[in-house]
Order: sequence, then structure tokens, then C-alpha cells
Amino acid sequence: MNVFNIVIAGVGGQGVLLASRVLAESALACGMDVKQNEVHGMAQRGGSVISFVRIGERVYSPVVMPGSADILISFEPLEALRYSHYLKPGGKLVFNKVTINPSTVASGMATYPADVEEQIARACADAHGIDALAIAKEAGNAKAVNMVMVGSVMKHLPIDAQVVEGVVREVSRDRGADVNLKALKGGAAA
Amino acid sequence: MKKIISGNEAIALSFGDSGGVFASGYPGTPSTETLEEVARLGEVYCEWAPNEKVALESVIGASIAGGRSLSTMKHVGVNVAADALMTLTYTGVNGGLILMVADDPGQHSSQNEQDSRNYAKFAKVPMLDPADSQEAYDFVRVGFEISEQFDTPLMLRTTTRISHAKGVVVQGEKRAPKVGEWVKDVPKYVMLPNYGRIKHQLVEERLLKLQSFAETTPLNRVEMADTDLGILTSGISYQHVKEAYPNASVLKLGLVHPLPERKIREFAASVKRFMIVEEMDGIFEEQIRAMGIRVDIGKDRISYCGEVSEDIVRAAAGDAVTVCGAPVDGLPQRPPTFCPGCGHRGLFTILSKLKVFVSGDIGCYTLGGLPPISAMHSSICMGASISAAHGMAKVNRIAGRTEKPVAVIGDSTFFHSGMTGLLSLAYNGGNALVIIMDNRATAMTGGQENPGSGLVLEGEPAKQVDITAIVKSLGIDHVAAINSYNLEETEAAILKGLETPGPYVLIDSNPCILRYRVKKPLLSVDTEKCTGCRACLKVTCVALGLVPAGDRMKVQIDPNICNGCGVCSQVCKFDAMSVA
Repeated sequence: MNVFNIVIAGVGGQGVLLASRVLAESALACGMDVKQNEVHGMAQRGGSVISFVRIGERVYSPVVMPGSADILISFEPLEALRYSHYLKPGGKLVFNKVTINPSTVASGMATYPADVEEQIARACADAHGIDALAIAKEAGNAKAVNMVMVGSVMKHLPIDAQVVEGVVREVSRDRGADVNLKALKGGAAA
Repeated sequence: MKKIISGNEAIALSFGDSGGVFASGYPGTPSTETLEEVARLGEVYCEWAPNEKVALESVIGASIAGGRSLSTMKHVGVNVAADALMTLTYTGVNGGLILMVADDPGQHSSQNEQDSRNYAKFAKVPMLDPADSQEAYDFVRVGFEISEQFDTPLMLRTTTRISHAKGVVVQGEKRAPKVGEWVKDVPKYVMLPNYGRIKHQLVEERLLKLQSFAETTPLNRVEMADTDLGILTSGISYQHVKEAYPNASVLKLGLVHPLPERKIREFAASVKRFMIVEEMDGIFEEQIRAMGIRVDIGKDRISYCGEVSEDIVRAAAGDAVTVCGAPVDGLPQRPPTFCPGCGHRGLFTILSKLKVFVSGDIGCYTLGGLPPISAMHSSICMGASISAAHGMAKVNRIAGRTEKPVAVIGDSTFFHSGMTGLLSLAYNGGNALVIIMDNRATAMTGGQENPGSGLVLEGEPAKQVDITAIVKSLGIDHVAAINSYNLEETEAAILKGLETPGPYVLIDSNPCILRYRVKKPLLSVDTEKCTGCRACLKVTCVALGLVPAGDRMKVQIDPNICNGCGVCSQVCKFDAMSVA
């Protein structure tokens, strides 16, 4: 099996790292080699976050090169657009349609592109937007957006859905496992 | 059992499994999680030191007392600890001693991108450079053995993509902690010149022995394959090389100082094109060229700046890289910024308004230098805010300028190396306003404990230091408290500090809202009162946004993001914001 490249993008504080961890641990539980990597530190302060999960028989580098992602999962539309060039030709994009203003927009120095979804459609032929916030709220916690996003891509990954559920149950701490599993299923149905 | 863990977690795990007994460090991205993980595992004693020099010195003591010990820090931390390191290399060790240093190529979260391999060469100590989490685990174990066998401190060097990347690790056997004798040995540990001269000769002899070791150790391995291209590499670059050229021959160095000259010579002779792939400085290449070995591809094609990647390796070897679409142009940037509710926002709003020269420091408040606030005019290294402001004021006096500089420093940075600067300011009759933002956390690295937080690394209660008492005892007569959430009062206090000649210290003691989870009643905007003047936007809070309202754009506060700090409402001249 070739290496399957997943890129997860979002905004600091959205739970990109936990989502990455769930995917990485699930791949390991399925008996695959995994490398997962994100850059944190400054990103925590509302900055743009990008994380890589690479799974396969033997994975060397933890870094996904632009033009080689099988799937891009973005927790925010502008970040989907920002990292859309990571997708390989024919790659798939699933994004949360709920926008979050970057500080440059909040401070009036820049404008959030009003046509962000049209731009995404132009950048990727196979793009699918969902309202992850609404699904997370319905599951019982607005912060479960990350689990909704994981759920939304499960059918596209070479990972067993039941294994993912098991890992989510394990990593759920503050938030109840029930809420996270509901969010996961809500995402899968979206 | 297989686990998927980061390089930092692997180092912490292995430290416990390798009989380690004492660890000390100072937080710094990307090294921080190592010590936090040692604490979380709860098997080995560990602590945050006020700075890296204190951390390494404490670890030296632990080694002299016979314990296997570990010091952790980021690359620039070694600059602070270098005084200890450069003589520690002479004394050698008793219990094994590892100095873990995490480099940050690409400057993801650092003020420079120095290459710590230079320190191994400079200090003449062995250095290991793991290429993934498994090696990070294994190299701690073998690192202690090398340290004890050769009577030397050992540097374990990671980079951001090793420290933070997660990979599969198989845990080894657990070794029980073993503490050796605590022996008095004056010629070994007292570096008076007459003992130091003897020790220097031993350091040179040790380096020769390590060179022989480097030739035979499995830490340096040859993966012979296609001989058309042979690549010498180490650390994370090895992974990029394997992705780019899975069929090339590779000489992978685990021990990156000293180099195995014979092994390199043989490898280079056995391949058609000899390439060196190293991130940042050309340290291998310089030494290998000095050995008289032909290098076909090296630093002439790989930048000294930033990270190496699979594509960079391919391009350097003259091959095409994956064709992909270019990034979308013209998108609004999303840089890190003050958290909604952060106490720094009010302070920097006032500093920006007063247009003073702000001598900054290293911490979350450094973000005050970003537009549109742009109220920081220098930020060099830990603690430099106060000492640099002192130098500015002295020159201003010579030049006949009356403007008084303002230094801004956080609590952890003040303890780290700001206190000595303040002592100098008082002692040398300086003239600066110093603002200490005491949020009781080492916030930028994730809110670690420090001497002001009242807790130690492992969460136990600790002696909580009194910053006001320190400031007074350093010789500062004017000390006052401020509350930066109150803009009017803060402005008045700063103006008083600027008008009063001599050193003047203001201390804000509002806690870090992220670390202490502070949440106040939310605010909302009265669209009738909002004129759309946008004055509030300059405070740069991501809770604020413009929405169409009638014929113009007006401000709206996102209740999911607002933390209720009230800074925007104080900037508003039309009283449009109030508690929802």
C-alpha cells in the first residue's frame, strides 16, 4: 500500500491536534505505520494550524508535500483555501463552512473573501462543505467540531470506522465520550 | 508494546526507562513537552529552573552526586547555559549527563534558527541526532552509556519535526535507577587553571577516542543500494532523503559529532555522486571538505535558511519535484495574536496610543509588535528588554533627547534574566520605565509553572516569590501596581512613570486567561450607537468583526469568542459596547 496523506487545517484552539491524534492512533490500531506532525507553539494564539497524518506500510517523513495530499480536512473555509494546494490532482476536500475571522480581518487590515466557497470549488473539484458547528451543538458541545470533522471523512480513509470509535472513546476526557461519539456519527452522516 | 508518541515524549519515557533520576530545564518551543512528560509519567524527579544555566548547573550537581540526569531546553537556551557547558566538558561527569537541545529550523516559534551542532563541535562533546521517535527513545539509552563510558556530557539534539512529530515506538526494558557514589575529587571538578590545563588535554584525547568509536558504532550506518547517488545525512533530513530517493545509498549519522572520517571516505569513494543533506549550517560539509573528500552536492544547492524537505532534496539532486497548484494568492493572513480577554491587549493599546519606544522581550507580549498595534520596537533575547532600555536611555541622555524608553517583560522572563538587567538599571543610575506583566505563568510555551505561580512542575505547592519585594530590593524606589484592563488608569500610571526621572517599575498582576481559564460577562454592540468608525478594531481582537448594518459596516462581537475583558468598550467613543 502506498502512503495515504491526510492534511488537517484549522485555527488554533479548534482541536486540530486532537483530531490528528485520533486518526494517527486509529491507523496504528489497524496495524499500519504512522507519522503525525503539526507545528504548535505560536499557533495556539488563534493562528493558522496545519497538521499532517501519513499512514501506510512504511512511512518515513512526517511532512506532507504540497501537491500530494489524498485528503484535506479543514475546520474553517479560509484555511481550506490556504492549504488547498496541498491536495494532489483528484484529491478530496471536506471543510467546515463556519468562518472564523483572522486577526488581520478583525483589526480591519484585510477583508474576509466573501466568495470563499466559490474559490474553494475552483481550487478543488471534489470539495464538500458541512456545518460542523451545528452538528457539534446538536451532539451536545460546540467544541466537538473536531470530532464532527473526523466523522465526515471516515468513509474516505483506509481506517476501520469501529477502530476510530474505540480511539475516540479512549481519548475523550473533559467532554463525555457520548458527545464525541454523537459528533463523530453526525459528521459521518453529513 | 507499540505506542505512537512524539520525539519529546519518547525522550521523557526513555529517561525514566534508562535509570534517570533528575531532570531540570526551562520551557522553550519545541523542547517544552519533554520535561512536562517526565512529570506526567511521575517516576522521576524533575523541575523547571528559572533559566537554562541554572537548569544545566543543577543537572551537573546531580551528575556529580552520581545520578543519571537530563537537562532540556530550546536552541537559544544553550546560549544561556553555554557558560556551564564549556567547562562541564572539562570536568566530565559521574552519573551520565544528557543535555537535550531542540532546534527550530524554519523559526516556527523562535527568534533565530541557530544550529546547535555548532555547540557540540565548540564544546568538543559527542552529539546524537535522532531521526524519529524510536531513535529519540533509543538514543537516550545509548547516550547515557556513551556519557559514562567516555566521561563526558552528551548533547541530544532534536529539531521541531523530531520533537513534535509522532511516530511508532517500541518501549525497551526498564532499567532501575542506579545512583553512584558522591565522591570528592578536586582535580576533576575544581577548574582552577592548573587542573583545567590537564583537563583540556584529556578533552582532546577523549575526542580522538570518540572518533574511533564513531567509526564502528551502529549509530552510524551505511544503507548500501544504488551507487549512482550516495547521500550522507542525519536527523529529520534522513526521512526526507528516504522519501525522495528510496533506492539511493545512504550514510546515516546518528552520532553527528565527532564524525567518522574513514567511514565517510569509504562511502564517498563507493558512489558516483556524493551528496550531503543537512538542515541549516554546512557543518558536515565543512569538515568533510577539510578531510579532502570530494562533495558533489551540498550547501551550494540547499539553503542555510529554513527546513529541508523531500522536494528540496530532489531539486538539489537535479530532479523534478511534484507538480502542484500554487498557493491561492491574496488571502488574509492568520498570524497568532493576543487571546480574546488577554491582559496584554489593554497595555499595548495604551503604549500604541502614547507612541513611546517599547523595548520588548520574549513572550506572548512580543505579539504587541505585530500590526496594527505595532507597539514594540526591539525584542532580542530573554531579559534584554530592561538592559537594552537602559542602554537606550544612556545614549538618549548623551544626545540630549528627553524621551524615556519603556521596557515590557513577563514574569517568567523577569525571573529568567530580567532581574540582573533591573539591578543594573538601579545600580548604574538608569532612566527607564519597566512594566512587568506578571500573569503567573510561562504563557507562550503553554502556561508552565514558574517561581511566581505558587506551584512546581509536578503540581505541588511551592514558595511563591514576591516580585514587588524583588524589585525594591534590587534598588528601585518607585514601584506601583497597574490593572491593564482599566485603560484610563493604566495610561495615567504610565504617564507618571514617564514623567518621574529615574527607574520606575509598574507591575500588572492579572493572571493569564488561558492558563487560569478566566471568563468574564460577555459584551455586545448596540448597533444604534455604533457609528462604524472602526476605532475598536485596532485593539486586534478576533471576537470583533464588521457586519452590514443599513448603509454601512458596523461592529459585532462574536459571543462564542468574546472573553468579556472590556478593552474594546473603553476604546469606543460612542459607548456602543456593554455587557450583554
